Amino acid sequence: MKFQALFGASAMTLAAALMASPASAASVSISCGAVGQELELCREAADAWAQKTGNEVVIVSTPNSTTERLALYQQLLAAGAGDIDVFQIDVIWPGILGSHFIDLAPYSGGVEKEHFPSIIENNTVDGQLVAMPWFTDAGVLYYRADLLEKYGESVPQTWDEMTEIAKRVQDSERGEGNTGMWGFVFQGKAYEGLTCDALEWIDAYGGGTIVNGEGDVTVNNENALAALKLAGSWVGNIAPEGVLNYAEEEARGVFQSGNAVFMRNWPYAWALGNSEDSPVKGKIGVAALPKGGSDGKHTGTLGGWQLAVSKYSANPEVAADLVMYLTSYDEQKRRAVKGAYNPTIAALYEDKQVLEANPFFGELYDTFVNAVARPSRVTGTAYNQVSNEFWNETHAVLSGTKSPEDALSDLESSLKRMSRRGW
Amino acid sequence: MSVAAGSASELTRARVRSAWIFLTPMMIVLALVAGWPLIRTIYFAFTDANLSALDDTRFIGFANFLEYYEGEWYGLLVDPDWWNAVWNTIWFTVVSVALETVLGMIVALTLNTAFKGRGYLRAAILIPWAIPTIVSAKMWGWMLHDQFGILNEILIGIGIISAPIAWTASPDTAMWAVIMVDVWKTTPFMALLILAGLQILPTDCYEAAKVDGIHPVKVFFKVTLPLIRPALVVALIFRGLDALRIFDLIYVLTSNSRETMTMSVYARQQLVDFQEVGYGSAASTMLFMIIAVLVVLTLTVGKVRLGEEVK
Repeated sequence: MKFQALFGASAMTLAAALMASPASAASVSISCGAVGQELELCREAADAWAQKTGNEVVIVSTPNSTTERLALYQQLLAAGAGDIDVFQIDVIWPGILGSHFIDLAPYSGGVEKEHFPSIIENNTVDGQLVAMPWFTDAGVLYYRADLLEKYGESVPQTWDEMTEIAKRVQDSERGEGNTGMWGFVFQGKAYEGLTCDALEWIDAYGGGTIVNGEGDVTVNNENALAALKLAGSWVGNIAPEGVLNYAEEEARGVFQSGNAVFMRNWPYAWALGNSEDSPVKGKIGVAALPKGGSDGKHTGTLGGWQLAVSKYSANPEVAADLVMYLTSYDEQKRRAVKGAYNPTIAALYEDKQVLEANPFFGELYDTFVNAVARPSRVTGTAYNQVSNEFWNETHAVLSGTKSPEDALSDLESSLKRMSRRGW
Repeated sequence: MSVAAGSASELTRARVRSAWIFLTPMMIVLALVAGWPLIRTIYFAFTDANLSALDDTRFIGFANFLEYYEGEWYGLLVDPDWWNAVWNTIWFTVVSVALETVLGMIVALTLNTAFKGRGYLRAAILIPWAIPTIVSAKMWGWMLHDQFGILNEILIGIGIISAPIAWTASPDTAMWAVIMVDVWKTTPFMALLILAGLQILPTDCYEAAKVDGIHPVKVFFKVTLPLIRPALVVALIFRGLDALRIFDLIYVLTSNSRETMTMSVYARQQLVDFQEVGYGSAASTMLFMIIAVLVVLTLTVGKVRLGEEVK
């Protein structure tokens, strides 16, 4: 399917290039994610743009796992392939892929100033705006409001509380015959998602961001240790062992079918959890992720996706126009209302319709704005390796094959080796 | 191939000439699709090539393999992840090939006896081998799933386990899950190769054994096994080589997890995920060397002269 789409896309791009005359309609291809409602929303918007401009859009679907998607992009871009004109890229990729994208500033007409400055800064590589923000993300805690009420529990403020409440509710529910019930599900598979989750635990305890802004490896500290010790107690206790192989959608599968009390996920799960066919419709709540102890902080990892135009595109102007359409105020509003995708335009957080569809956007505004960034800027092209070491060591702690102490000291030494000549 | 130099007649020389004419196209194709990539990979192993800028590469000698820098050793040869991948690969190869050989032998012996519907059974047993690995790996991935998998459902149903097991996620079971799927998939291949060996055995030895009233088990070990040994060793080498470069099954079932990471998965991760074409090529070169050494060892220990098989 994918390859057919790719071949189709390349054939059409080629045809378009051959027939190139400025007035004729162009065909551009865009890669869209397919997590939750992403693909559907992307197709609707792309079709609307195609109708408006008379151009044609080919949608290429890509793997759900960010790690695999990056691998695919790297192969396409390294080969200089013009098969995909518009790339949907993760917030951590501008540093890795930036050299393959065109500067969008000439096409933006200055609208980037309306977006969150931190994301625009993140997307600016060597003074070039390589990508426009499409939606932002921060990890949030989903809870079963009905179950917390049933057992007289409150929304947990610290990770310790979360662990206790999850255990109590899980055991009580199992006692009542609901044997498939688990306390907590999250992204525990050895991939980028685990880096996001684990960074939240560590940051909540004040344990830093693995590598600090100056490029020093800071991860081996008391606070990070406390965070990993607690996380290491979850699997088999409040989280199913399978969580070690869960990405976003697997975790949502368990939570949305009513088999978990808490879930860590991105905001997109809200719209789906409250959709018509959801067994937990109207029974769920969203809160900021817990603090690491009373002097810790609420935090969430900065996620989100950007749109970039490939340097190897046959129609960069047309592709840039599509990007500007998809990242516009109106389209971001539509995506927020329909799919709970967080806008990157501050003004939309005061929009009545947006807040009505997603009440937590207003309550958690601070979480979204102050989300903790992964160390992708400082580590540059080595980020993927840093993240890989981090998620592997965390995975070893979760699965019980390594003690948190050993994992952190091994991680520290491997990161120091990696950065021996600077990042 | 046994042309004695000097005493070659005109006819032999003509034969050699036509042999070369027939061989040349094949050798050119091989050089292009196998030789050139191999040489290029070995060349990259001595550079600092990066996937994002392949033109801008420098020759760095053996630094990808081993390098001394500010009081510490760096490089592939001192990378614990690499050696973990090497041991994983060897463990996987030894266990899966051993199981496949024993099971394949049993299947082949069964299929070698005459019974009704044998032809259909021979065709049916090849199905696991015929399914593309990606498809069967995905299929097994769902069957092994901890929440929705049929395997847990069955085992809980008959009371062997009380709680579902996360087969591909748990470090205790991940490698065994991979081995199980590989055995399921590749036993038919082994059975087929062994069956081919069984079918060309002379029947007179068996008739003699029957007349002498020898126990069938003894016949198997004293007659069948020595006779099919050459075929068996060839099958073992084929499977061994195949298993040493295992990639697709493991990548689909457990992706980059350390518990099951093999040499090929490691090399791909370096080459693609980390864009380290130089370092990844060094890993691929090592993989090639390790396989080459193991093949030479097997051939020597197994005392197989491949040339003799031709007779």
